[in-house]
Amino acid sequence: MNKVIIARDLSLSYSSNETIINKANFSIDSGSFVFITGASGSGKSTLVKSIFGALKPKQGSLVVGGVELNRVSRSKLNLLRRHIGIVFQDYKLIKEWTIDKNIMLPLLINGYVKSVANNQVDKLLKHVRLNHQSGKYPLELSGGEQQRVAMARALSHNPILILADEPTGNLDEYSSQLIWNLLEGANSQLKTTVIVVTHHIPKTISTDYKHFHIEYGSINEIR
Amino acid sequence: MKSVKNHLSLVIALLSILFSMQVFFIVDRSIEAYKVNLASSYSVIAVSKKPLESSEIVKINKIISSVQELSPDSVIKRLSSDMKNTNVELLKLTLPKFYKLSLAYYPTSEEVKELRADLLANNSITKVEDFSHTHGTTYKLLLLFKNVVSLFTFVVLIVTVLLIFKELRIWQYKHNERMTIMGLFGAALWLRSAVLFRLAIVDALIASFLAFGIFFYLSSYPWVLEQLGSIGINIVIFNPINDFLVILGVAISISIVLASLIVIGHKEEA
Repeated sequence: MNKVIIARDLSLSYSSNETIINKANFSIDSGSFVFITGASGSGKSTLVKSIFGALKPKQGSLVVGGVELNRVSRSKLNLLRRHIGIVFQDYKLIKEWTIDKNIMLPLLINGYVKSVANNQVDKLLKHVRLNHQSGKYPLELSGGEQQRVAMARALSHNPILILADEPTGNLDEYSSQLIWNLLEGANSQLKTTVIVVTHHIPKTISTDYKHFHIEYGSINEIR
Repeated sequence: MKSVKNHLSLVIALLSILFSMQVFFIVDRSIEAYKVNLASSYSVIAVSKKPLESSEIVKINKIISSVQELSPDSVIKRLSSDMKNTNVELLKLTLPKFYKLSLAYYPTSEEVKELRADLLANNSITKVEDFSHTHGTTYKLLLLFKNVVSLFTFVVLIVTVLLIFKELRIWQYKHNERMTIMGLFGAALWLRSAVLFRLAIVDALIASFLAFGIFFYLSSYPWVLEQLGSIGINIVIFNPINDFLVILGVAISISIVLASLIVIGHKEEA
């Protein structure tokens, strides 16, 4: 099976005197659904940042989608990011843009024709059950709705990998379940690799998914 | 309303730069035109013990544009009533020659001194009247006016640049989030900064057209023309094409520099 992520002796840190992740070795198969858990401050979000190239490895190597992130140029990193969909706990939506334009962002970056992009946005708004909110700005929506917009944006360009960093951290049960359904749907129907960083795995979700746990700087495979 | 507010702060800052710059140009042009007027009415008198050719005098200093010999007849006429004809003829022969020198442009005080020295260096010229006191007063007044306007322009520019730098920080904060989010999805630098440059150019265009409108109106306003006409200045104080191009060029350059500084100063969140 193809590996979408390969980490060898990967060490991550923000400063020279503190290592967050220490010599981790792991790989993630293409099309898999992976949970990464750990306590607050264990390095879950740091790992996500390094996967989308916002933090360069301190030591070792990290290959994502065939791109070695230790020595990646900015233009190559941009190309890689165009194939990744990211969902954050704080949504990271552009407040001065409508939700339609927010969802359209990856499509515009990937050079989609406006009419095709508009159709895709309409489909996605229906898919995340927000078609009645079209034309509104992010701050006019609830937290759960904003996260669904972020999900739609992450799915819009059919990425090879979806990174979700605490996607349900701020949401109620109903909105959380919708987000899990969307993530599972993307994995099962589109064969998109999904990596979810979370404090706890919901009971309603399949137990077959791969699970890594981060503790004291090391990444351990639970199943 | 929000969109107007987004544009207003930079438009006002740009407009004040363009306004002070254009006022400086207009004052400079008016002073130059006034100097031409003064030069045409200002002349130097040279007294020579023997006749001199005009061409010879013109060569003495490049500022001399033409020479006119003053006839001594009016002086002699006043004296002739008490004198015999033979004495009058003798007086005519012994009287020195008076020359009125017209100048190519209105000279500085130093140029007047230099002209005087050059004229007196000629062995035939015995006396030069340069009306330096009158000239000095007028010239100093012109200089004072120009310096006050230059100082005013300079102060406005400094204050506006400080305002623009403050605006830059607000813009940096305002655009940073959008640029970072676009970067997360792999947007190239030009795409991330496109909105910023578009906004900056639109603001430059708005400020340029406003400045154009204000000065176009002022340049044809009867009161302004009357005031300039009363001191003998009949010039085009605002050239709609040339001046607009200068205004537009300055406004767009400032805006692009501002946008570029924001792009350079943008740091992606790690």
